[in-house]
Amino acid sequence: MTSPRKAVALISGGLDSMLAAQVILEQGVHVEGINFFTGFCVEGHTHAIRKHEGAKPKRNNALWVAEQLGIKLHIVDVVEEYKDVVLNPKHGYGAHLNPCLDCKGFMVGQAHRWMEENGFDFIITGEVLGQRPMSQRRDTFPIIARESGAGDRLLRPLCAQLLPPTLPEREGWVDRERLLKFSGRSRKPQMALAAQFKISEYAQPAGGCCFLTDPNYTRKLQDLWRTGAGKHYELDDIMLLKVGRHLRPRPHFKLIIGREEGENNFLEGYRRQFTHLRPASHNGSLALIDGSADADDIRLAARLTARYCQGRDEASVRIEVTEKDGRAYELDVAPFTSEEIPREWHL
Amino acid sequence: MSEHTLDARNLLCPMPVIRTQNKIRTLADGDTLKVICTDPGTLSDIPAWCRINGHSVLDTQKGERELVITIRISKGAA
Ligand code: SF4
Repeated sequence: MTSPRKAVALISGGLDSMLAAQVILEQGVHVEGINFFTGFCVEGHTHAIRKHEGAKPKRNNALWVAEQLGIKLHIVDVVEEYKDVVLNPKHGYGAHLNPCLDCKGFMVGQAHRWMEENGFDFIITGEVLGQRPMSQRRDTFPIIARESGAGDRLLRPLCAQLLPPTLPEREGWVDRERLLKFSGRSRKPQMALAAQFKISEYAQPAGGCCFLTDPNYTRKLQDLWRTGAGKHYELDDIMLLKVGRHLRPRPHFKLIIGREEGENNFLEGYRRQFTHLRPASHNGSLALIDGSADADDIRLAARLTARYCQGRDEASVRIEVTEKDGRAYELDVAPFTSEEIPREWHL
Repeated sequence: MSEHTLDARNLLCPMPVIRTQNKIRTLADGDTLKVICTDPGTLSDIPAWCRINGHSVLDTQKGERELVITIRISKGAA
C-alpha cells in the first residue's frame, strides 16, 4: 500500500481555509495546518487585551480549527520577514495598508519552504475566485503561485474546478471532480458546505484576517511612520497600536491611555519601557508616553491622563509619574476639558 | 527522559505557543517541559496546541502573576 500524499494547509482560523482542508481530508490525503504570526494578526494575543475576570476566554481560532479537523497545526513566527511585505509591497496596498497580494505570495512561499523541508507534496489554501478584490482574482492567482515558488503545487480546493488543473489533480493525488467551483463574494456556498460537513461553529472575520485592513489601526500606523524615524517598526510598536486611546499632542510624543481594565493590564506589561502616568487621587487608567517628553510635555500628558480618569470634573487631580529610569514623583494638575483637546490630537 | 524549562514570561499569545512548539521540537519522547508564562491566554492555547499535536498537559499552576504549564512530550505519532 502506498502512503497517502501529504498536503500543508494554510489555516487562518476562518471558515474558508477550514473547508478547504476538510475537502482534501475527505479525499484521504494527510493534511497538516500551518499558521503565520505576523504581528498584525487579529488572532492570538487579543487574549491579553480582554478583561481577565468574567469574560469568556477568547480562543485562538487557528488552533480551534485544527482541533475540529483533527489535524496538527504548526504556528510560524514570521514577524521579522513580514516587515518587508508591509513596508515595501511590490504590488502595493489595498484599501488601507493591507498588502494582500504580496502577503499571500509571502505566506504561500513560506508554506512552500515548509513543504519541501518536511517532505510534503502540495499546498492548499481557502482562496475563492473573486472573493477579495486584491488577491483573489483570476489574474492574481498565477502571480501568487509564481512568486511564492509553489507553482502548480498550489491547490485551491474551493475553486479548483474554475482553474487550470494543478499537479495534484493531474497526478491523481486528488480527484478534481470532487473539488469545488466557488466564486464571487457570496458566502452561501461556504455555509452550505459547512452544513454538509456538520461544521456549525466558525469564526467570521469581517474585513480580513489582520489589522492592516482596519482604518483606525492603519491611521495610527501611518502616524507612527510619519513621526518616528521613518517607515519601519518593531513588534512592540505594532502591538501597542492595537490597544488604548492614542493622542498625539506634540510631534515628538504621543500618549497611550487604556480604555478599560483589559487594556490597562495589557499596557501594564509595557510600562517599564516608557515614562508612565497614573492617577493617584482618583481611579483611572494607566498612560504611557511614547516618544521624548520634557517637563512641560509631562505636565501636559498628566492633564490628559486626568481628563480620562474619574476626577475629570475636579479642579485638580494628582497624577503619579514614573520615568523610564524608575524615578517617581507626583504632579497636581487641572484636567483638560474635552473642548480643550483639539480633535487632531486623537489618532 | 529529562526535565526542561521554558521561560515565556511577558510574551503574548501566540508567542508562548510558538516558543513551546519550537522547544518541543528539540526534545525527546517522554521528556517533560515546564513552561512559565504570564499571558492568561496560554491557559487555553498551550493545552489546545498539545491536544492537537499529541502531547499531554500534566499540570497547570496558577500563581498571582505567573502560570506554569507542565507538558509530557510524546513523539509517538510523529
Ligand atoms: S488581510 Fe492581512 S493577512 Fe489577510 S491577505 Fe491581506 S494583508 Fe495578508
